[in-house]
Amino acid sequence: MSHLLEVKNLVTRFYTEDGIVHAVNGISYTLDEGESMAIVGESGSGKSVSVLSVMGLIPSPPGKVEAGEVILNGRDLLKLSPEEMRHIRGKEIAMVFQDPMTSLNPVLTIGRQMTEGIELHLGLSKEEASQRAAEMLSLVGIPNAEDRLNDYPHQFSGGQRQRIGIAMALSCNPTILIADEPTTALDVTIQAQIIDLVKKLKEQLGMAIIWITHDLGVVAGLVEKVAVMYAGFIVEMGSVHDVYKDTSHPYTLGLLESIPKIDSKEKRRLIPIPGLPPDLLKEPTQCPFAPRCRYAIDKCWEENPPLVAIAPNHTAACWRAEEIHEGLRIDLPAGEPA
Amino acid sequence: MSEAKTATAQNELIPGTTKDVLVRVQNLKKYFPIRRGVLRRQVGAVQAVDGVSFEIRRGETLGLVGESGCGKSTTGRTILQLEKPTGGQVFFGDQELTNMSSSELRKARRHMQMIFQDPYASLNPRMTVGNIISEPLEIHNIGNAASRKERVQELLRLVGLNPYFINRYPHEFSGGQRQRIGIARALATNPSFIVADEPISALDVSIQAQVVNLLEDLKQELGLTYLFIAHDLSMVRYISDRVAVMYLGRIVEMGHRDEVYDHPLHPYTQALLSAIPIPDPDKEARRKRIILEGDVPSPANPPAACRFHTRCSYATDICREVDPEFRNFGTDSREHWVACHHAEKFND
Repeated sequence: MSHLLEVKNLVTRFYTEDGIVHAVNGISYTLDEGESMAIVGESGSGKSVSVLSVMGLIPSPPGKVEAGEVILNGRDLLKLSPEEMRHIRGKEIAMVFQDPMTSLNPVLTIGRQMTEGIELHLGLSKEEASQRAAEMLSLVGIPNAEDRLNDYPHQFSGGQRQRIGIAMALSCNPTILIADEPTTALDVTIQAQIIDLVKKLKEQLGMAIIWITHDLGVVAGLVEKVAVMYAGFIVEMGSVHDVYKDTSHPYTLGLLESIPKIDSKEKRRLIPIPGLPPDLLKEPTQCPFAPRCRYAIDKCWEENPPLVAIAPNHTAACWRAEEIHEGLRIDLPAGEPA
Repeated sequence: MSEAKTATAQNELIPGTTKDVLVRVQNLKKYFPIRRGVLRRQVGAVQAVDGVSFEIRRGETLGLVGESGCGKSTTGRTILQLEKPTGGQVFFGDQELTNMSSSELRKARRHMQMIFQDPYASLNPRMTVGNIISEPLEIHNIGNAASRKERVQELLRLVGLNPYFINRYPHEFSGGQRQRIGIARALATNPSFIVADEPISALDVSIQAQVVNLLEDLKQELGLTYLFIAHDLSMVRYISDRVAVMYLGRIVEMGHRDEVYDHPLHPYTQALLSAIPIPDPDKEARRKRIILEGDVPSPANPPAACRFHTRCSYATDICREVDPEFRNFGTDSREHWVACHHAEKFND
């Protein structure tokens, strides 16, 4: 069976004054129709750059997608002209951004911004497009949708603006919705509203979702599949259960150990990941996580481990993944390094 | 530890402290005027903090949580008199801060310091790390050049940085390291009370635990008292002894952390806690979320009586008419205060 989206060996670099930033270093994943996946990582992990590369939105220069294929419905998106990509973006793949304050144009009405894409992609008349926009706004829970089309972004609250961003993204029935940290700028109770909304919309409309986040909590109850990124590599990928419960990469393990459990009375000391985030200017030859890893052995400093299967549909890029998968745990040495 | 001794000695120097309360806040108010028109006439006020009272005991960490705009940061800044309060009193030991002259206040400030959220914005990029950390020592006229340098190196070591970094500039450091520099600066004058305003929100997940562990170690070693302000409720439960929950300028619930987190008695706290995602797919699948409708009302025009009634599914007539009193549902040793007319309903 063929996949809806297939990303193969994607490599994206930025050519800056300081040197070459190795942002994405050959990542591969697939997404099936109606499937939801999360890409989890910290700042600089390459999670956003990887999806911007898929969307053809990498600013060039300084950025460049150097290698790889992005196959959507049998076509390689990386080979399309900018004009052809314009008809893919918004129609087949749509995106919701982190900051609802800045992703909307402040001087245009919501209606004007929404109908532009609808007219282009669905070939509707102005009135039909307005009607469609109003329908989408009520679908995402904006009251008095028809009147509010004439309002400007500042007349809406942060949560409402993110709802508008979602309405806009879904207005042309995309098969894939990419959400880039859509709730990071929002308060928890508003975040819960948005997550609830996206779950409902997915049931109703059936689109596939790629949800980018740094928060392991947000996606635990939301997606089926998780890819964990570090220094431009996918270091672990599998079902949400596999990655959270049968964790097989020391970095994923470290992320889970370093956050306190809100539902636990027990107060055990947090186990931080020592050291600093990776320097992306260096070409990765060793395991990029080795300098911060308590599981590291000599081999980790010599060769970067490939992403290999450790169980069906569960992969990890670590020389000791099998041991960790089977339950190997190493405690932080006393007098932990800061 | 030499620092530990000095800190304890200093605490004893604050005279007349009753029980073991270090900071007492009474009916604190901070309104920001809204001005309009050519004459900048005041047409209203944002009631950022509206009648907040609590105590912080010596050696404890009080967590202050709430969503953006609830007034938690303004509360912290107003306690330290970085904002002039509109009303109410703040006692530090037995000194009342709100009517002090600026020179008295400067003396008192030695004992209370602040750690800021954004380690990128709160350090002057043109100053070396050494100058940044020794600045408070110069302002308070502590020591001479040589002893200050020694103190800076000691502080760098204390926060887990290499003393050799003294001549470097902030841009040479990562976010987590900058926050350590901010902490070293706050500790320079040997304070007994620290207001930490979202000290880890700007940091990556893997770095947050490093900074939180550091704050805990320093508290132990130096005998510090913290007001820890944050919106990350998991981290607040972890670091705090007691927790206060704010909504629209008021504290709605306050008590021992396990009381507040395991038996929340205010519908807002209940919704807030249920909204936090748990990084465990099995638990998430079983959880029921309370989804609050709508947005937080404007603090310039807050709802009358109980401020939460516009979003509360339990609200009845009394909630729209009478301001709920703060009542203790816990014991004397393990307090649990809540401002809700219907709290009995949740206290089974």
